[in-house]
Amino acid sequence: MAYEPVLLGRANKADSTSLEGYRRDGGYETLGRILKEMTCDQVTEAVKSSGLRGRGGAGFPTGLKWTFLPKGHPGPIYLCVNVDESEPCTFNNRVLVEKDPHQVLEGIALSAYAVKASTAYFYIRYEYGAGMRIMQKAIDEAYAAGILGKNILGSNYSLDVFIHRGAGAYICGEETGLIESLEGKRAWPRIKPPFPAIEGAFRKPTIVNNPETLANVVHILQKGSDWFKSIGVPPDPKNPRDPGSYGPKLYCISGHVNSPGVVELPLGVTVRQLITDHGGGVWKGKKAKGCIPGGNSMGVMTEAEFDTPLDFNGPGRVGCLGLGTGAVTVFDEDTSIVDVLHNLCRFFQHESCGQCTPCREGTGWMFKIIDRFAKGQGRGEDLAVLEEIADKIGIMPGTTICGLADGAGWPVKNAIRKFRPEFEKYIQDGSSKRSKPLPMAAH
Amino acid sequence: MATVFVNNQPVDIGNEKLNCVQAAEKAGVLIPHYCYHPALSVVASCRMCLVEVGEKKADGTISMLPKVVPGCQTPVKDGTVIVTRSDKARDAQERTLESLLLNHPLDCPVCDKAGECSLQDYSFEFGKAESRMHDEKKTPPNKPDLGPNINLFTDRCIMCSRCVRFTREISGTSELYITNRGDHSEIAVFPGDPLDNKLSTNVVDLCPVGALASKDFLYKQRVWNLKTVDSVCPGCSTGCSIHIDGNKGVIHRLRPRTNPKAQGHFMCDEGRLGFHYANSAERLREPTIRGPHGWTTVGHREAVQSVQQGFNEHSLRSITGVWAVLSPFMTIEEAYLLANWIRDFGREARLVLGPVPIVGEDDHYPKDCRGEASPGVPKFTIRAEKCPNRKGVEAILQHFTGTVLGFDSFLTALAKGQVKAAILSGGYIPLGRGHWFPAESVPLLEKINMLVVQEIFASALSQKAHVVFPSATWAEKEGTYINHQGLAQEIHWNSGPPGESRTDGQVYLDLLGRTGLMRAHQLRREIAQVVPALNQLSTGYLGTQGVLPGEAPPVQSQKRKIPVH
Repeated sequence: MAYEPVLLGRANKADSTSLEGYRRDGGYETLGRILKEMTCDQVTEAVKSSGLRGRGGAGFPTGLKWTFLPKGHPGPIYLCVNVDESEPCTFNNRVLVEKDPHQVLEGIALSAYAVKASTAYFYIRYEYGAGMRIMQKAIDEAYAAGILGKNILGSNYSLDVFIHRGAGAYICGEETGLIESLEGKRAWPRIKPPFPAIEGAFRKPTIVNNPETLANVVHILQKGSDWFKSIGVPPDPKNPRDPGSYGPKLYCISGHVNSPGVVELPLGVTVRQLITDHGGGVWKGKKAKGCIPGGNSMGVMTEAEFDTPLDFNGPGRVGCLGLGTGAVTVFDEDTSIVDVLHNLCRFFQHESCGQCTPCREGTGWMFKIIDRFAKGQGRGEDLAVLEEIADKIGIMPGTTICGLADGAGWPVKNAIRKFRPEFEKYIQDGSSKRSKPLPMAAH
Repeated sequence: MATVFVNNQPVDIGNEKLNCVQAAEKAGVLIPHYCYHPALSVVASCRMCLVEVGEKKADGTISMLPKVVPGCQTPVKDGTVIVTRSDKARDAQERTLESLLLNHPLDCPVCDKAGECSLQDYSFEFGKAESRMHDEKKTPPNKPDLGPNINLFTDRCIMCSRCVRFTREISGTSELYITNRGDHSEIAVFPGDPLDNKLSTNVVDLCPVGALASKDFLYKQRVWNLKTVDSVCPGCSTGCSIHIDGNKGVIHRLRPRTNPKAQGHFMCDEGRLGFHYANSAERLREPTIRGPHGWTTVGHREAVQSVQQGFNEHSLRSITGVWAVLSPFMTIEEAYLLANWIRDFGREARLVLGPVPIVGEDDHYPKDCRGEASPGVPKFTIRAEKCPNRKGVEAILQHFTGTVLGFDSFLTALAKGQVKAAILSGGYIPLGRGHWFPAESVPLLEKINMLVVQEIFASALSQKAHVVFPSATWAEKEGTYINHQGLAQEIHWNSGPPGESRTDGQVYLDLLGRTGLMRAHQLRREIAQVVPALNQLSTGYLGTQGVLPGEAPPVQSQKRKIPVH
């Protein structure tokens, strides 16, 4: 049975961005009902029981995150919406915001009500100019219709939503980096504890969520937790710590496929299904060599691993970091893995914020090595050095403040471990087999 | 009472709130660190202080955290276990050092910091002997004009951000920031806004490597040739604890010495760079006597005899005509000896306090964005009273005369011609050339029959004297200063006074006819017995941090500890 999209259900309609159109499809009815019928804690409980996990990358249970807020806090509490979607090849939130802004806004209002936030900051990356304008229009419409502002829809609850435009840095997607940027500072992730739920934006309790997560909240409250749990993958019985991967997910498909784009599917679809059924297959009739399963930082998957389900646990079983943003980037059989890694390392050395020594110097060093490699001057020892740097930087071994370094190291160690013969062959052949010139270095 | 275990060694930390670095320091274990500084906020970004941390449970079992944690960010409590040299911790420290050295130019032979550089020290103790990098190092251009006193060697920087936090948190002037991202990050200033606040040179001490250099000291000396003594800055009544670094009789730099009782960790640029007069070739070097045929250079003994003779004569004629002006730059010991000598002539001999230089108002830091002092307790204060020991000299005057006569009374008496014999102790800085004495009163000095002047430089004042003793600067003598809040601190000499000059204290000892050399700790004991208000000097020693009124002084001389920050 074909899956009927929920989050993108309205995306292709003609007036999908207008308040009128959204209301015609039953929009904001859930908000009105919840404000009348449920208390904040009941909403949180409903989201918690649905098993919704954050769609931003780490997959932390959303309801649980909300319960970390200090009880009985006099406020203000802030809700930050993280639309700094800077993971390369990820554009699911862009579609959501540009095609159905009121759905996101309803999710924001419901979630803000659940966490008792009186202000929500919509942090959108600079590059999303259209998204920013569409969202601002939606916010203005909602204010005019009494859906935002004082006493929403006749209730006692008031909420203000402000758009904050980022200045273009990958690190602003890290929640404490985002908070620093929101405060007008350099986006250097904060040391934790305190976590943002205790002390976040402007030193007040803050919840940071992804718009896709918030959009899911609308449907959970509309259709119930049981509906949400009927979609996706139940917990692994062998893993007592697995909360399961329930609900729909927006998968992005890009790279060497015939029809790249965003598609909404239940969690747990395999990479192969995504590419063949939804991405139109690998381009030019070629075979795939591998893919990046969920944004650059999640590592590299070989073609043989394409039957891995893309739920919160699947990519981990084949050595990837995790589901990430669910953005699959395919590269075909003629792509040099050295070029892939060169591009990935260039990205991370450019985007490392430079705060922690291991990441600042490590990402730079990895890029220098792979750059030399790509120029045909690779040495056998380089692979061991690369693997070692990649293994030892990140929040997992404890050497950095945030997870960017883990993400920077993961593709390196995945690529080397999974494609070692190709690297070794490249060392022997040098760059003589290179078909294309190398992309320009960032600096 | 909380007990922390550092490398299996139990340490009692009492009720203090400490992090792992501080707790380990108590146990005598160095956890290497760059970005952490006790006076600045914790950013935990250099990742040098990575250690393993665990907890010892009541039943004696130890559970360790699975990964390494930054010691500076991790608070300790009762039962915390810190392991600094396990394989995991060592590996993390080694790796951080390797990372830091990737783009470091290793130009130690031409680097000012070599010899006192944490990167050198830690690399030796915690690092690897060789680098695995085969690629080119980054060579960002240097910034020689970061500020009027500061030079930035950009390529040596390890991005600990101490200097940036200093300008934000201590000076509040926020000139420094970090530009660019990742391994392109650099310390920078905005165009047209150089690092020129009054505390700016502190960033040189804060810099753990040779990136920030003081222009004043740059390329002057190798630090291992410097002789370091503990002293006190004479620039204002804050009385910052300092190190005097000198070599072969020349002072090369002053550095702040951490002293929570005095000023904390820092000092101002005015004090730091205000020592150059001490190295001047124009200083007075020999005692001179003005006779009927002009000035003659004489030996010290002859000068002393001449002064004794002159004062004896005049005291017999008119005891109220005998005056001594005690400068607030004198040490307590000198003031005590001079007062003793004058009072030996009779109880009517006059003792007055020299002029107390006041410049502007107390300058509190941090500043806010408008350049005004931020509300709250200041983190650093440059005081308007530009002398180190008014309180100490006043205590002596109070004891000997029962009151503190100001300099005005001397000028009034001078105008009335009542001053017959006078000794003026100078030593004023930076007004070292006699400017402290009002110019309009200088001609009146002709009326004095016996004028003795102790000065560092020749001046209009010393021209009028009958006997001139070349004075020693504060860096050439030992003694005691009492700062604005009553903290008595020891000062020590780095080099001897130039030429034939002797310290003022030695001159007074000779005038008093007391044998032997000036020994500050013996004199302190004597002063504490004679002057009850100064009983904080009773043991003769004041330790490295000084003694506040009412505190028990240490019984022994304390060895200077080499700071780890």
